[in-house]
Amino acid sequence: MDMLELLNFYIIPGLVLGSIYALGAIGITLIYAILRYSHLAHGDLATLGAFIALALVQAGAPLLVALPATMALTALIAIGIDKGFYAHLRDRPKIITVMSSLGIALMIRAVVQVVWGVDAETYSRGIVRPEVYWGLRIKDRELWTLAFLIAAVVVLQLFLARSKWGKAMRAMSDNPNLALLSGIDNRKVIMLTWIIAGGLCAASGVFLGLNTELKSMMGWGMLLPMFAAAVLGGVGRVEGAVLGGLIVGLAEELSVLVLPGEYKAAMAFAILLFMLLVRPTGLLRGKVL
Amino acid sequence: MELAGLLNYALFMGIFIGIYALLALGLNIQWGFAGLFNAGIAGFFAVGAYTSAIVTTAAAEGRIGGFDMPLLLGWLAAMVAAGLIAWPIGKICLRFRSDYLAIATIGVAEIIRLVVKSEPELTNGARGITAIPRPFGDLDYALSQMAYLAIVAVVLLVAYLMVERQFNAPWGRMMRAIRDNELAARAMGKAIERRRLEAFIFGAALMGLGGALFAHFNRSITPEAIDPMVATFLVWIMLILGGSGNNRGAILGTAVVWIIWSMSEIATDQLPSEYAVKAKYIRLFLIGLMLQLVLRFRPDGLLPEPLRGAARSDQDAR
Repeated sequence: MDMLELLNFYIIPGLVLGSIYALGAIGITLIYAILRYSHLAHGDLATLGAFIALALVQAGAPLLVALPATMALTALIAIGIDKGFYAHLRDRPKIITVMSSLGIALMIRAVVQVVWGVDAETYSRGIVRPEVYWGLRIKDRELWTLAFLIAAVVVLQLFLARSKWGKAMRAMSDNPNLALLSGIDNRKVIMLTWIIAGGLCAASGVFLGLNTELKSMMGWGMLLPMFAAAVLGGVGRVEGAVLGGLIVGLAEELSVLVLPGEYKAAMAFAILLFMLLVRPTGLLRGKVL
Repeated sequence: MELAGLLNYALFMGIFIGIYALLALGLNIQWGFAGLFNAGIAGFFAVGAYTSAIVTTAAAEGRIGGFDMPLLLGWLAAMVAAGLIAWPIGKICLRFRSDYLAIATIGVAEIIRLVVKSEPELTNGARGITAIPRPFGDLDYALSQMAYLAIVAVVLLVAYLMVERQFNAPWGRMMRAIRDNELAARAMGKAIERRRLEAFIFGAALMGLGGALFAHFNRSITPEAIDPMVATFLVWIMLILGGSGNNRGAILGTAVVWIIWSMSEIATDQLPSEYAVKAKYIRLFLIGLMLQLVLRFRPDGLLPEPLRGAARSDQDAR
């Protein structure tokens, strides 16, 4: 196998898949850092986002319009879920919220299955031929996925580093009590966290649907890779989640070279256990719960 | 429905309640005693079911087996296998907060599902393992159901008595101490990781036993026999509604939830088929909502955890 073949059939699909995981993992890592629990409904929230975009596309909106609209809608839904179900558990042990989020995952999936059914759907019919650049075969949608991840990370990092509310979020993540004492409104920070996490989560669902197909179980299958990515990069670190996502995506695609294809999904699990075993803080020194 | 049909249905339901009660008891050891979040119950269940099936069936073309061992050995093997799967997972994850265990157990259940689907020489693939011997299986239908219900009831009773004994023994007290105040327990010299690992493995073994009882009742086990997310979630809501930390509560919760679950299935099966499919998902939504409501309004469940000594007088005073 030559280099070009490796790039075309393993590295590029791996990076695309990794970008999708990274978008979800950023949300997971932010929720970990600020709310301090693992949000098990994140995968199914991505499914919901993907199907909301499908409804908009079927109503005639181009995907370029449907994507931001979906992100905004899913962010609102995420805030609603937080207010309706998680907010009143905040003073109880965090693991209760984890359990609640498992129930939310089931509820979101049930809504998707009732409204859209269980058959696979796509945003557009027909086969897309990849463009060839210097021997590299890349589809337009794959370029869009990578570009969106880069843009999202740059904007998010600038926001966290420069803006007042970004600093407030980092303060809450570093030391919640100190942040509260210095007058940061934690309700606003929590709402902001859900807006960012929900929006990016919807985007990861849309891009997964764009690059593969939409199924009611698509998000649940992403949950483990997204968590593995967050832990691999270091919990609470946005750049870690991106790095982790790309590594997990690459590892899954490259695993086909040595493992039977059925066990692709096991790679994320292996990475998760390995990191917990040797370096639970992750590559970029995140938190350990 | 005439009386005989009704009786048969009750027997059927009783057997399922017994099997699920074993799962709920197992989860009670993990969550109720030790505060460990296991989101992969269906995985341990499947390991138990397939292990017992492989050990007790006669030889078959295309897969390992033909051990033709007695039933009890199959059940024992099921418990050992489930415990062996739990051991490394617990070893790695129990040093951290229970969040990691939740994710890892979701992963275990997924991997087990993959193995079941893609290793035909072990599990016979999608066709599953059939002709699993069933005790008293050659009796009349109703009689055989009754006999199996009696077996399940005896197994459940033994498990209940043993778990209840552990709950009141120093081991159970220590587990609750670790659950409620890890730091204090550590300061008193308790080996926290080791104890948690014990609880995790015991619980997993009971879940494996539940799986074995299920496989022998159905006489077959296929990958589709059990929907991983639904089964795991049902057991959770059974324990939380019944009262985590209370073994009788776990069994009561199992009966209540299973009766609601299967009654609602009967109700929705009457609907025309295009609605009946959707109704299944509406039922799932409602069971999820039920968990949210229980967590919010009755977090202790129907039968709260029994408190003794200072904890009780403390609560009376409030």
